[in-house]
Amino acid sequence: MAFDVAIVGAGVMGCSTALHLARAGMRVALLDRGAICREASGVNAGTLTMQMTRAALIPYALRAHEMWLRMAEWCDGGHVLAVACPGLSVAFTEREAAMLEERAKARRAAGAPIELISGGQAMEIEPGLSDRVLLAGHCPIDGFTSAYLTGRAFRPALLNAGVALFENRAVWGVDREAGRFVLETETGPLQAKRIVLAGGVWLEEMAGWLGVRLPIKVLINQLVVTERIRPVMRTVLGVASGLLSLKQYANGTVLIGGGWQGIGDRQRGGLAVRAENFRGNVRLAAHTIPALRDARVVRAWLGLEAETADALPAIGPIPGVDNAWIIGSVHSGYTSGPYFGKLLAQAVAGEAPEMPLFPIDRLLAMEAA
Amino acid sequence: MTHPYDVAVLGAGPAGMAAATEAARRGAKVVLLEESPAPGGQVYRAAPPGFVVPPDADRRAGDALRAALAASGAELRLGHRVWGLGGGPLVRQGEAPVPFRIDALPPDGEPVTLEARALVLCAGTHERIIPFPGWTLPGVIGLAAATILLKAQGVLPGRRVVVAGAGPLLYAVAAKLLKAGSEVAAIADLATRGEWARAMPALLARPDLLARGLAWRAALATNGVPVLQAHAVIAAEGVGAVERVRVQPISGGAAESFDCDALCIGHGLVPATEATRVFRAAHRYARESGGWVPVLDADRRVSVPLLYVAGDGGGVRGAAAAPAAGRLAALAALRDLGVLDGRAHARARRRPALEQWRAAQAGQAMARMMALRPALVDAIAPETVVCRCEGVTRAEIETALDDGATEMNQLKQFTRCGMGPCQGRLCGEAAAELVARRVGGRERAGFATGRLPLRPVPMEAVLGEFDYADIPVPAPAPL
Repeated sequence: MAFDVAIVGAGVMGCSTALHLARAGMRVALLDRGAICREASGVNAGTLTMQMTRAALIPYALRAHEMWLRMAEWCDGGHVLAVACPGLSVAFTEREAAMLEERAKARRAAGAPIELISGGQAMEIEPGLSDRVLLAGHCPIDGFTSAYLTGRAFRPALLNAGVALFENRAVWGVDREAGRFVLETETGPLQAKRIVLAGGVWLEEMAGWLGVRLPIKVLINQLVVTERIRPVMRTVLGVASGLLSLKQYANGTVLIGGGWQGIGDRQRGGLAVRAENFRGNVRLAAHTIPALRDARVVRAWLGLEAETADALPAIGPIPGVDNAWIIGSVHSGYTSGPYFGKLLAQAVAGEAPEMPLFPIDRLLAMEAA
Repeated sequence: MTHPYDVAVLGAGPAGMAAATEAARRGAKVVLLEESPAPGGQVYRAAPPGFVVPPDADRRAGDALRAALAASGAELRLGHRVWGLGGGPLVRQGEAPVPFRIDALPPDGEPVTLEARALVLCAGTHERIIPFPGWTLPGVIGLAAATILLKAQGVLPGRRVVVAGAGPLLYAVAAKLLKAGSEVAAIADLATRGEWARAMPALLARPDLLARGLAWRAALATNGVPVLQAHAVIAAEGVGAVERVRVQPISGGAAESFDCDALCIGHGLVPATEATRVFRAAHRYARESGGWVPVLDADRRVSVPLLYVAGDGGGVRGAAAAPAAGRLAALAALRDLGVLDGRAHARARRRPALEQWRAAQAGQAMARMMALRPALVDAIAPETVVCRCEGVTRAEIETALDDGATEMNQLKQFTRCGMGPCQGRLCGEAAAELVARRVGGRERAGFATGRLPLRPVPMEAVLGEFDYADIPVPAPAPL
């Protein structure tokens, strides 16, 4: 017996693709070498901000923002405590102010309602903000989630939709026999008519199973969380360069991110924080929200983010291999993840996706050149 | 940053003091970091400056180790809270290991970073308390916490105290309470008489410990303290603080109630493995040694090069076995650093190896008595809070397991259990047992990934003084 589709990788994109395909009537197998959403999808900063999203992805992120906020409605009650709040991207120097103007302009053109405001105006929106801000980008429809809930949010809906969820079942390779894919897994072969690779930073290896050379860069993003403290901020905050993401959850903890790099790799995962980057990241945070100086840091951790050669997503058919698809590798991929999954599911089911995909032909051409 | 030390030792309990002494005596450049204001550890704890506490056998044994340490030439950094560890194998793929890095907060608050070629971890244990109704009431404290109060500053946990749990610490705490002037309302010992009888042969090898244990028992009998064997605390009750404790035979039957203003309770000791988890060392689950322990060779080497564990942090064996283990670790470090050659090392390790083996026999018998008792976990009521930092009940944990959580890190994500300031040190044992029941054992349930900081660290200490321009902001992501 063969599944209609096998999806390898149970992160947010694999889960969303699986859910939408199952609801479209396909028999879906979703496999992961570990537990559901335990890698990047479960350990990222949960930022839903247009101001850290690449301009080309803004239309997607806006739709995904809506999906996250209404997740319980389309995910059988599963949710990630998504919160909508204003977002601020701030500039402390003239150079950053220029960067902010340029970036806000491009994002506004792409549909994000970002307006530039003075430091004083920004402090009215965010009273906890440093008084040293020169200029800020203000986006009224940013927000954040508790990313650690993502697996729990998707799991019941996947099972209700009839997805065969195989956690802790690593896939080692893929053969093609009689028009079908045969996935070689640690507990025996699994057959499917179609295959979707959704393996985050491990996509490079997965594409190799199908004879496709697709280089994927691995970012080792560090995150830091404080203990519960009194309310010190009420927006999702960043800096013009994009190297800070800051938010305070309802429980009082403050999450500090921004993509500062730690030590790790595909084989060993996120191994260790880099002391100087840990310090740089928290300095940037405390410079932005001075009240953070009084907090205590409880934990720092790492998550692996994938990036293609042009830092735009890899979403679409795999050239030269019928019925094989790929999804992943995008900056702020979590933000747009559920919508990307929905789009790919439309394509896999033979419909025209409601927004254009990001086929990898361009990346393969770059690699060949 | 200064020139790297040859050996850094973390924790100045009996293992750490002996390790630092041994390494320094043999000419190595050694630093010993300790969180408390004085060396000694939990059992051999010294009184802080200005406090006079009458010496006992523990104090005298500790004084001997302290004197040797002071004469050894090892650099002693007291009041240093180590919050960061790095270096060693934690490098980019393909790069050679580097010296270990230690970030610490000294008493003056000015953060320091030290480097060492070899690292000896002597972090000891933390106490296991399996939750029961009322365990979070003020007045309920751990047995180990009670010993700190009594030993360091002669502070009484209460005027009328119930002492409960498992292991020799029960009787040690009760005897100290009596001596210090508390009334002991009752002792509720989980162990049966049979368990104590089975431990006797091992204890006979240590007549000094045995004699002291019997003296404790005699003092309790003289004072008419009810000693209830094979009894468990089923609830602590009171308004705003503990006022009475309900105790029941473990085989069931009528509960008895004891009025009190404090309950000192402990269900054994759990090796502190935060540091070895950070370094991704190999661990194994050893229930009778207290829980997850790093995999060690006979010379206390961890699976990570130039990293060693001595004392109860490598498996509970008691204070008496710790100094020999510390010396073995130090000697192995010196051998691996090339300070000692093979023959000199083989000669030097003979005595501590034998001493450690001897002392460990009695320690092992006591550790067995302090091992996790599954019945206590079975008895946790659905509405009882397991993770007190995050307020997660047993029922919420069970629901998360119903929803598909299969190991500790995932349970954390599903419930926030273990995400608070204690990072699972208090709730981890109970939570892991609940997971283990569903997935077929503690090995499968796993443990939370080791991450920094080792203890919550004030942001101010990490930040230091800085200008915005000093922040090395990397190149921004593409637009």
